[in-house]
Amino acid sequence: MSTRKPYVRSMDGWWKKNPYFVEYMVHEATALFVAAYVLVLLVGVIRLGQGETAWNGWLAAMQSPVSVIAHLVLLAGAVYHTYSWFKILPMTMPPVVVGGKKMAPEALTGSALIVAAVAGLALLAVVWRIAL
Amino acid sequence: MRRNLTRSNAPIFWGLFGAGGMLSALFVPMMIFITGIAVPLGLLLPAGTMSYPKMLAFAQNFIGKGFIFAIISLSLWFAVHRAYHSLHEFGIHAGVGAKVLCYGFALLGTVICAVSLLGLGF
Amino acid sequence: MSENHKIIEIEVLRYNPESDDEPHLEVFKVPFSDDMSVLQGAQYIKDNLDGSLTFRWSCRMAICGSCGMMIDGIPKLSCETFLRDYYPKRIRIEAMAHFPIEKDLVVDLSGFIAKLESIDPYIIPKEPRTLEQGEYLQSPEEFNRYIQFTSCINCALCYAACPQFGLNHEFIGPGMMALVQRYNLDSRDGGSAQRMQLVASEEQGVYHCSAVGYCSEVCPKHVDPANAVNVNKANAAKDYFLHFLSPKGGSK
Repeated sequence: MSTRKPYVRSMDGWWKKNPYFVEYMVHEATALFVAAYVLVLLVGVIRLGQGETAWNGWLAAMQSPVSVIAHLVLLAGAVYHTYSWFKILPMTMPPVVVGGKKMAPEALTGSALIVAAVAGLALLAVVWRIAL
Repeated sequence: MRRNLTRSNAPIFWGLFGAGGMLSALFVPMMIFITGIAVPLGLLLPAGTMSYPKMLAFAQNFIGKGFIFAIISLSLWFAVHRAYHSLHEFGIHAGVGAKVLCYGFALLGTVICAVSLLGLGF
Repeated sequence: MSENHKIIEIEVLRYNPESDDEPHLEVFKVPFSDDMSVLQGAQYIKDNLDGSLTFRWSCRMAICGSCGMMIDGIPKLSCETFLRDYYPKRIRIEAMAHFPIEKDLVVDLSGFIAKLESIDPYIIPKEPRTLEQGEYLQSPEEFNRYIQFTSCINCALCYAACPQFGLNHEFIGPGMMALVQRYNLDSRDGGSAQRMQLVASEEQGVYHCSAVGYCSEVCPKHVDPANAVNVNKANAAKDYFLHFLSPKGGSK
């Protein structure tokens, strides 16, 4: 007769119990900030299709203090998304060998963040050119 | 000895998630800055950067259309994939219904975006 | 001895299947010296305070993988974790998370062992090879491709770390994927397609992973199981689309 009675512990609130998991949940949540922004953008696209008056209405809405503050919050979330995404990037890649040695994860992340900064600035430059 | 295993369809959603995550990581912060802060406050960029004629021309342009579509659609697929998996992590095992709701939302957004952009003409 | 022994409080999650319905915490006052590990603390309790305290251990030098436990909520090997680093605070030790507790600090690892067997953890030759052909030749570059993944000591700390495994025990998990990589990346092995069935499966496969990465954080041997799992998401995706494009493409 077996006297085994294995006890299974609950997973409730697992992510609150370790700072590593709290950070994980935070960076997962940044996706919602990104989604919120592109939905605002989508509304803009729809307004663009409805004519100049509708479009200008959307532009005016973007100028309201509530909108600007909201966008600052969304910006913070989006920037943290960029940072956490590239921090995770080395995890998803096979080893990158440069000059006979494997690149350290910090080097991969650093390089990727530089690429991201360049991409952002390139976008700004393109928009600038179009605007002129 | 191997039990009956079924091939997962996850690669489709994971691929869309990955593309959306990467694209949004590269471009969304600057886009938020441009459309949500710089232009409304008149910072850095010339006045009229996002005027109706300029924006219409951009969105009618093949590349402009593609860029807007990619950012909106792929970012949505990225976000709903995370949202769906977060449900599971919070202990909400909502099954097929939640999957349809989440991915359906991204599909809806994608369709609306495509229709709107195509409706602007070329 | 005129030495003033420092006393540390070790709080242990106790569970006796024969008498308890649930685990409960019990505090022991343990005199210790700076060179004592948490394992030695547990051994002191067993030898002097409560002989019923039950825990696994063997080598005392972080190579056998037996002594894994939660130390202040973090999966660690108790033989290489030191009481001096927690003193004067109370230290809490519990059985490894995400596994059923058999008794005190001992967990049921039968699922873990079953998974080990299920991944075909041996060289599956690319083609039949006779003794006359002699040994395989492997260059240092080929060796370096998989050597990191051979360091796994099956301590299961990565499973205690992985919340996705905690939420769904069917998930093949980090340690097993490290072992899959060890064989898939070995130039002598030709079994990737065979192992892909499990790797890409809905029930057990890599897509249960959500890239938390805590497994690699806690691995005492720096195997980087998170990488093994996540690189295979791309492999499984390649396999999926190949299979789509051509019925004969990819694995079964």
